[in-house]
Amino acid sequence: MTVDRILPTPESRDLIELVRELVAKEVAPRAAADEAAGRFPRELFTLLGSSGLLGLPYPEEHGGGAQPYEVYLQVIEELAAGWLAVGLGLSVHTLSCFPVAAYGDEEQRAALLPAMLGGELLGAYCLSEPQSGSDAAAMTTRAVADEAGFTVDGVKAWTTHGGVADFYTLIARTGQGISCFHVPATAEGLSFGAREKKMGMRSSPTAQVRFDAVRLGRDALVGAEGEGFRIAMAALDGGRLGIAACAVGLAQAAFDAASAYARERRQFGSRIVDFQGVGFMLADMATSIEAARALYLSAARLRDAGRPYGTRAAMAKLFATDACMKVTTDAVQVLGGYGYVEEFPVERYMREAKVLQIVEGTNQIQRLVIGRAVGKGTDL
Amino acid sequence: MNIVVCVKQVPDTATERKLRSDDKTLDRDAADGVVNELDEYAVEEALRLKEAHGGEVTVLTMGPAKATDTIRKALAMGADKAVHLSDDALHGSDALSTSYAMAQALKKIGFDLVILGSESTDARTGVLAAMLAERLGAPQLTLARKVEVDGSAIVIERITDYGYDKVEATLPAVVSVVEKINEPRYPSFKGIMAAKKKPVETLGIADASVDASAVGLAAAYSEVAEFSAAPPRAAGTVVKDEGDGGAKAADFLASKKFI
Ligand SMILES: Cc1cc2nc3c(=O)[nH]c(=O)nc-3n(C[C@H](O)[C@H](O)[C@H](O)COP(=O)(O)OP(=O)(O)OC[C@H]3O[C@@H](n4cnc5c(N)ncnc54)[C@H](O)[C@@H]3O)c2cc1C
Ligand SMILES: Cc1cc2nc3c(=O)[nH]c(=O)nc-3n(C[C@H](O)[C@H](O)[C@H](O)COP(=O)(O)OP(=O)(O)OC[C@H]3O[C@@H](n4cnc5c(N)ncnc54)[C@H](O)[C@@H]3O)c2cc1C
Repeated sequence: MTVDRILPTPESRDLIELVRELVAKEVAPRAAADEAAGRFPRELFTLLGSSGLLGLPYPEEHGGGAQPYEVYLQVIEELAAGWLAVGLGLSVHTLSCFPVAAYGDEEQRAALLPAMLGGELLGAYCLSEPQSGSDAAAMTTRAVADEAGFTVDGVKAWTTHGGVADFYTLIARTGQGISCFHVPATAEGLSFGAREKKMGMRSSPTAQVRFDAVRLGRDALVGAEGEGFRIAMAALDGGRLGIAACAVGLAQAAFDAASAYARERRQFGSRIVDFQGVGFMLADMATSIEAARALYLSAARLRDAGRPYGTRAAMAKLFATDACMKVTTDAVQVLGGYGYVEEFPVERYMREAKVLQIVEGTNQIQRLVIGRAVGKGTDL
Repeated sequence: MNIVVCVKQVPDTATERKLRSDDKTLDRDAADGVVNELDEYAVEEALRLKEAHGGEVTVLTMGPAKATDTIRKALAMGADKAVHLSDDALHGSDALSTSYAMAQALKKIGFDLVILGSESTDARTGVLAAMLAERLGAPQLTLARKVEVDGSAIVIERITDYGYDKVEATLPAVVSVVEKINEPRYPSFKGIMAAKKKPVETLGIADASVDASAVGLAAAYSEVAEFSAAPPRAAGTVVKDEGDGGAKAADFLASKKFI
């Protein structure tokens, strides 16, 4: 079903139209087969890039689309409804560009951003490590400084686009705390683990990124030394909204499939949607999707207005991904046995939904973030 | 080369399409308006010819105010400017008077080449290219699956039942294209932003020297006498395979004249 959206400008309406056309013609038709084959659709990202979608929320002067988060996130939602791995991939790419765009110096921005936002390059974000997930500050990957630059040693885990990305935004320990670096994929000493065999979203590569005496120049440092953790967390505030938008898109796809099925399928002489037990389930699904959408848009509008929005972003991520898990699970229920087999997409949606409760801060960590704000008594 | 590409806004074929009960014309508010599919191929061909030979691509659309959405899409794909022929007096025009009004606009714009889709998805008369050519006194090269321009010479491959005909003419000319001709590009977000700044000239009938008494519902030669909703799709025929399933399926296809 086409979601009725309020968009701020004629160009953002045209943008959403373009995205819907790309989803209908290029993205959705191949999702099921590529997911089954675990095939990463690199050329789709090239197409998104040439369509101008790989730098939407960044300034025009560096090749971005100058779109508010309110618009960018609805693009993510539409893409994720067609194929989660593509919507999430775009969100991760956008997150990976954030440190240079927001904390890079003028020279770095001019040198790096046009290519990062221009559509040909794909980014990845290296924060998690095998032993340091929720407790990200416990990372051990280390960048040792000398006159010429840095030498990096360590292992990053779970990196989305690990092995296929063109650049890696790295958060690592330095002499003065934690720092952020821009690492091109061609850096010597960079290697990748085997792709993780995942429960879902198998077309999106997730792999370890290993740094073995990787040499970086001084200009690879993004922001001040020691500023890296703050940068990483600021990047995640925006990233969490991307995950929330992915969750809403995926839930919408599941709801569309389940509601269409419930209007067709007959048992005991009536459409199953007319059994209150099923109709109420669908009503709850529709309601929670709409609430989740409103929540991420409200956080996005705060961000667009330049106001603090981190707690709201955590709420949106928490609520939208929990809603998505419930909606996709119920979608399988609505289809009965047909929901449990691969001929219908809903079993895949249910498998895909789970990861959204884990990435970019588990939903326990989102509660921790919200709870801390409550504890401080600050504005939420 | 000065290329004008005719782009029609049609109701989305994916949505339910209706006629109005009052004057039996298309209910353009009932469905989302989209670019007539073949016209995207026409725009693409115009852009490719411009990329190869230089010049300018102008979009011409005749339609109500909301047809600006369609114009913007063609501009976002890369056309340079647009002319929107829009006037309440044009409402209800049939193919003959549409071709008259559009020919008048084309004379005002000026052109070396006019490119159309070979058929719209709503009215589907497929006659507009021929009518325009006649009114403009220009050669008509219809159903093109390939277009080549060399100086003032134009050659097309016109699809036929047996393959294709090579048809040659001299510019200025009118061409209609089929979907085999190319693969239309998607607009890009940069194209969308650029489209905002491209000139769109709106012409009323007086601006295009169109005689009001020759257009609109009252002037139409053809009249919609009656219409009814398409019957719901009949239940399919189930062929049970008892060893002769292949033959039965073939008989069925033969009865529908598919084979
Ligand atoms: C498909 C996929 C893609 C990913 N992509 C990336 C990426 O691109 N870049 C990147 O850096 N990382 C990525 N990750 C890693 C992801 O961010 C981590 O998996 C996540 O942060 C959780 O870390 P962990 O797996 O080490 O779990 P742990 O931190 O070990 O957590 C285990 C459990 O304990 C709970 N827990 C932990 N601490 C607390 C607490 N204080 N209170 C209550 N409960 C707690 C957690 O909620 C969880 O349920 C990805 C992961 C997956 C699965
Ligand atoms: C359901 C329906 C039935 C109709 N039946 C008839 C009929 O039987 N007889 C009749 O005379 N009229 C009929 N009309 C009116 C007809 O739609 C208009 O005259 C129309 O503008 C031209 O006909 P077409 O779309 O069939 O053109 P076609 O010849 O099918 O279209 C070919 C190409 O012409 C160009 N083009 C057509 N219209 C426009 C436009 N408005 N602006 C820009 N480019 C355009 C496009 O490039 C298009 O691809 C009908 C209309 C509808 C909605």
